[in-house]
Amino acid sequence: MSETGLPTTDGRRLIAAARRRDLLFAGIGLAVLFVATAVLLALVLDLVITGAPHIDLDFLTSYPSRRASRAGILPAWVGTGLVMLVTAALAIPFGIAAGLYLEEYAPRNRVTDVIEINITNLAGVPSIIYGLLALGVFVYGFRLGETILVAGMVLALLVLPVIVVATREALRSIPREVREAAFALGADKWQTVSMYLLPAARPGILTGIIVALARAIGETAPLVTIGALTFIAFLPPPPITAQPPFVSFEWLGSPFTVLPIQMFNWISRPQAAFHELAAAAGVVLLVMTLAMNGLAIYIRYRARRLLG
Amino acid sequence: MTLAAPLPAEPAPPSARPDEARPAEIRAKAAVEDLSFWYGPKQVLFSISMPVAEGCVTALIGPSGCGKSTFLRCFNRMHDLYPGNRYAGRILLEPEGIDIIGPKTDPMVPRMRIGMVFQKPNPFPKSIYENVAAGLRIRGVRSRTVLDAQVEKSLRRAALWEEVKDRLHASAHTLSGGQQQRLCIARALAPEPELLLLDEPTSALDPIATAHIEELIDELSRRYTIVVVTHNMQQAARISRFTAFFHLGRLIEFGPTEEVFTRPRETMTQDYITGRFG
Repeated sequence: MSETGLPTTDGRRLIAAARRRDLLFAGIGLAVLFVATAVLLALVLDLVITGAPHIDLDFLTSYPSRRASRAGILPAWVGTGLVMLVTAALAIPFGIAAGLYLEEYAPRNRVTDVIEINITNLAGVPSIIYGLLALGVFVYGFRLGETILVAGMVLALLVLPVIVVATREALRSIPREVREAAFALGADKWQTVSMYLLPAARPGILTGIIVALARAIGETAPLVTIGALTFIAFLPPPPITAQPPFVSFEWLGSPFTVLPIQMFNWISRPQAAFHELAAAAGVVLLVMTLAMNGLAIYIRYRARRLLG
Repeated sequence: MTLAAPLPAEPAPPSARPDEARPAEIRAKAAVEDLSFWYGPKQVLFSISMPVAEGCVTALIGPSGCGKSTFLRCFNRMHDLYPGNRYAGRILLEPEGIDIIGPKTDPMVPRMRIGMVFQKPNPFPKSIYENVAAGLRIRGVRSRTVLDAQVEKSLRRAALWEEVKDRLHASAHTLSGGQQQRLCIARALAPEPELLLLDEPTSALDPIATAHIEELIDELSRRYTIVVVTHNMQQAARISRFTAFFHLGRLIEFGPTEEVFTRPRETMTQDYITGRFG
């Protein structure tokens, strides 16, 4: 004990101990990261090695077939693309609007509290439940049938909470000075939101959209529930037509399949050749997901650069 | 209206004697009458009455937590952005005598006429040009020529033009702290406010940037009515014509800066400006 009554400590010993602790934690972190990445890499690599040899133009432009050598995924990837289009068109505007309302407009009372808790919980509801809901409400209730529209709607419902929560988080993380500066300049609420808050929140919202759409593109259960076909030998009507008005929405009412369902179908067959096709379809699904995320990340990067 | 007029006889603080040694031509831009303010259940301002002289700098001084910033933020209804706040009394904006905090007054009315600069530089995450043009865009100005002219004029008045004229479309975040604060001043000036509120505009800046801003405030006081909150007494003495001393939510003393600093009427003011507390 020194004169001050504090225990005399050797600074070097404390520093050495701190270094050891840091090193230990960094080591554990690295190990965990390595295991997780290695497993993921092995899975993807296995998929690519098995599937890649089957991917060619024929595979992408052929309909499914009973013979593995002639089977393709044309309706599946077109279906996935169209369903995602509907999902994005519904989930993005509704999700952002709902998040915006809850964060900026809604009065703080018990009703909004209940809504908030429910939205957070909705994100954890198993997707098959959404499938049942869609089957009961959209397919039978509204008589919309087993169509692309219903598939897009159910996936939009499924991922809506993700976008709502991301939007709210992004808005909440904007420093309150930005909000105050806009109001002090005489802006009304909508001007503040549209001119200053939404642009500042764009990177965060885009991250939410990436996560949401990536989840939607791989979903199978709710689509099986609403009755997606597992074998389909035709394409939905094209969205762009030769005659005026050049845009057609007939495809919304078309039966469909999507890549995960096509994969599931092939996996459940006994022949090994179909298993390889499933892997190939998996690679295509991965590429589609990565392309979608890449686009969103690029937009986010541009948005961030604008923000400086 | 002369400065003496807006001060009510009752319940004026004992120290307020706004009649001495003041040229007659000074008029009130705003008159605060018996203003009280509550954050939820907690009262933080107590019956404050004082005028804001037109074309002058009025400094609000006092120790931390004395309510000077809270008082300033009443002028443009910033407290309305958060729930549970309550005002009582009146703040009359001259010449029409609109009651800024009146329940029937839309908060946008005073905000359209009163500019504000905040403690921390808070430029929008946009270009320099768009920051200055913000107030005009909010008011629906679309014409490129009007915007260009007003942006240049405001940047010149904020003494920033020479430094940024070649990179108007660069992000505002590329500017230094002092430049950002001058940008915020330019942004506040662009819509031609009648009254400019400065909330400790130099507290986040280094001494050189502070000197710049002080010079600027002096320059601006020829054209604008300014109310500035500062925790720096030398700054208040340097730049203001009138000084109000706040303590624990009460206005202790108000008068011409010279008098408040050389011959304060209240011992508390004396103690504060001589550094005995605060």
